[in-house]
Amino acid sequence: MTAAALARRWEPVVWPLLTGTVLLMAWAMLVKLSGTDVFPSPLSVLRGLGELVEQGLLWRYLGDSLRRVGIGYGAAVALGVPAGLLFGWYPAVAQVVNPVIQMLRPISPIAWIPVSIVLFGVGDMAAMYLIFLGAFFPIVVSTMNGVRNVPAIYRRAGRNFGLSPAALLTRVVLPAALPQMLVGFRIALGIAWLVVVAAEMIAVDSGLGYLVIDARNAGKRYDLVVAAIVLIGLTGLALDAAIRRTERFKSVRWGFRNAA
Amino acid sequence: MSVRYNISDERPSEPVSHPRYQRFDAVVRLLRPLSFVALLLIAWHVAVRLQKAPILPGPLAVGSGLIELARRGLLLKYVVASLFRVTWGYLAAAALGIPLGLSVGWYRRAELALNPWIQVLRPISPLAWIPIAILWFGVGDLTAIFLIFVASFLPLTVTAMNAVAIIPEVYVNVGRNFGLRRTALLYNVLYPAVMPQLVIGLRISLGIAWMVVVAAEMIAVNSGLGFMIVDARNAGNRYDLVVAGMVMIGIIGLLLDIGIRSLERVPSISWGYSDD
Amino acid sequence: MTSSPAGTPAAPAVASSDKLRADGIGMAFERDGGSISVLEDINLSVRDGEFVCLLGPSGCGKSTILNIMAGFVAPTRGEVRIDGEVVSGPDPRRIFVFQERGVFPWLTVEGNIGFGLFQLAPAERQRRIAHYVALVGLQGFEKAYPRDLSGGMKQRVEVARALAVNPDMLFLDEPFGALDSITRLIMRSELLRIWEAERKTIIFVTHDIDEAVQLADRVIVMSARPARIQRIVSIDIPHPRDISSRHYLGLRDGILEAIGLAHKV
Repeated sequence: MTAAALARRWEPVVWPLLTGTVLLMAWAMLVKLSGTDVFPSPLSVLRGLGELVEQGLLWRYLGDSLRRVGIGYGAAVALGVPAGLLFGWYPAVAQVVNPVIQMLRPISPIAWIPVSIVLFGVGDMAAMYLIFLGAFFPIVVSTMNGVRNVPAIYRRAGRNFGLSPAALLTRVVLPAALPQMLVGFRIALGIAWLVVVAAEMIAVDSGLGYLVIDARNAGKRYDLVVAAIVLIGLTGLALDAAIRRTERFKSVRWGFRNAA
Repeated sequence: MSVRYNISDERPSEPVSHPRYQRFDAVVRLLRPLSFVALLLIAWHVAVRLQKAPILPGPLAVGSGLIELARRGLLLKYVVASLFRVTWGYLAAAALGIPLGLSVGWYRRAELALNPWIQVLRPISPLAWIPIAILWFGVGDLTAIFLIFVASFLPLTVTAMNAVAIIPEVYVNVGRNFGLRRTALLYNVLYPAVMPQLVIGLRISLGIAWMVVVAAEMIAVNSGLGFMIVDARNAGNRYDLVVAGMVMIGIIGLLLDIGIRSLERVPSISWGYSDD
Repeated sequence: MTSSPAGTPAAPAVASSDKLRADGIGMAFERDGGSISVLEDINLSVRDGEFVCLLGPSGCGKSTILNIMAGFVAPTRGEVRIDGEVVSGPDPRRIFVFQERGVFPWLTVEGNIGFGLFQLAPAERQRRIAHYVALVGLQGFEKAYPRDLSGGMKQRVEVARALAVNPDMLFLDEPFGALDSITRLIMRSELLRIWEAERKTIIFVTHDIDEAVQLADRVIVMSARPARIQRIVSIDIPHPRDISSRHYLGLRDGILEAIGLAHKV
């Protein structure tokens, strides 16, 4: 391989490692220089992570958070996709419902927290309800748009070949709308992960979000706070990467311009 | 030689409704969603009437709650407080994040170096920064502003990055062809070309910022709409005020959104949006 | 001046009226470990004020040659010289006209045409813009945005923008490809009218044989990948050309034959 080609292959690894190292060292140095005895250095965060693993808390809390996301997100998909299909299929329905959706969207799940606490008390259900709310709208909107954007030519071809409306939906419209729906699924998953952390900080007593708050309240363990934050980041990244893999399947790859 | 061809014949034609009916059309178009909203309000009222224990307030109670807040002067005070924090945090995030995102999107090395770390930081809910924010800034305005900054910074950076990535190469080539060097190229080609995507990103980030300010106020400050919601519940289960607060939040969020959407209609930006 | 066919090492006599010279241009892309040769041993020279067409089927690499000549792409082998200088990058003295997609959508017609004129005083700039708006026949549309224009009108904007900076050379990459055939005929005669008024050196890429024979002084016929110069045909009919004359048809048929196509469908 030529020198240039070799450089090209290693560049995507070298550069981020370089910046990462620089950032970590800057962090460590700032901690040293400011003389703080509360804010953790990178090393103490690592040690904190080890401590969590030892106590078994890491997997337990991670599992709790993921479980809530799974249920809330699953419910959002189960309800959101049919709703989106309905709205997209009948434009008259969309015209009526769309403004309401646009009005409800800005109200963040966070603002629904008091309502959910009233309805479900403090605990799992409240968190899952909030996750559902957060994930529901992107899924509905992207499904709706996906159906609406299916080119009329596809529908006509389907009818030309004698497909019934049900078959038209499953064999033409759904596959054609799938790429856009997947984008919505991905956004919704990102939101679900954000919401679960926020909900756990307020309304439950386990999970990574709870860990962030508890570590501070129960003893100013900021090393655990930052460790929890790092975990949140990495898990969110893993979730996103997982859902991006679905974009690679041949049956949807055509809809994504830069499918690697 | 050639027959003189009338240029006006080339212009694409568009059907336009008669001016007399245009206002009528607009009113009719508003009627459908408005009537749906009215229907929802009625359904809400009925549902409240039917509930066993008087927990959730009906639309009338919420309405009077809003009036009460306005009369006590709290409504204006809290709205201003929340808006103030959003403005500072959001503008700071835009001033830092957009140039950063544009540079990262433009220079391949910068993207390779920084993108992985951006992707790691993205899934972290801004609320998770609360303990750190309180540690650094205590309980008060600065904490809220910092949280809004954190919440808006990365989304804006990522939007700017993506906006640069989708600039058609032909525009850059035209710029280089006409002799534009680095700065002139950035100013005359890059900025105008990223505007449509950027404005969309600004709109979405503003929505997020508005959501975060409410959450931050619920937890970390002593004024503002978010605080009002929590306070109303703690200080006497005034759920009518709680929902009134939520309605206020929704309305202001909608107004902010409409405000930014008007930016999208400027011709030097609207070119980037396909006619729906 | 003819160029040597592929295979013969070229050492053409240097004529001082050569505006552009391409020597031994080769272009290869790396793909999946191997290299694909797109261009092989292209040698050609163009005189000042000439109108030259590169003709060939789609995808044969003629756009690549144009991009190399304009300085957007560096060749793997060989070099291009314009006015004796080696081409190393794009330059306002030689403007590339893309299909109408190169028009900036955020600027009005005026804004686009005046894009390259940033070094002029405002009064002079306005005068030039007005001149070229009139030259391409877009009076009345100065304040219009590209989204309100048809394809042919956007193409005119691009040509006007290119001419406004008074370049020595114009490169046109299938500029009329996106237009319907009637508009294409009109645009061809407009282009000739403008060329006769301003006499730039023009290198024009097309896959349309009629277009090449109608417009060019010389037609350079290219073969498919890897692209080589197959034949150079001089069109010595003065403008305006009668497209039904025997001379015209004979030249056209010659090209058809060279490409290997029969002239009955």
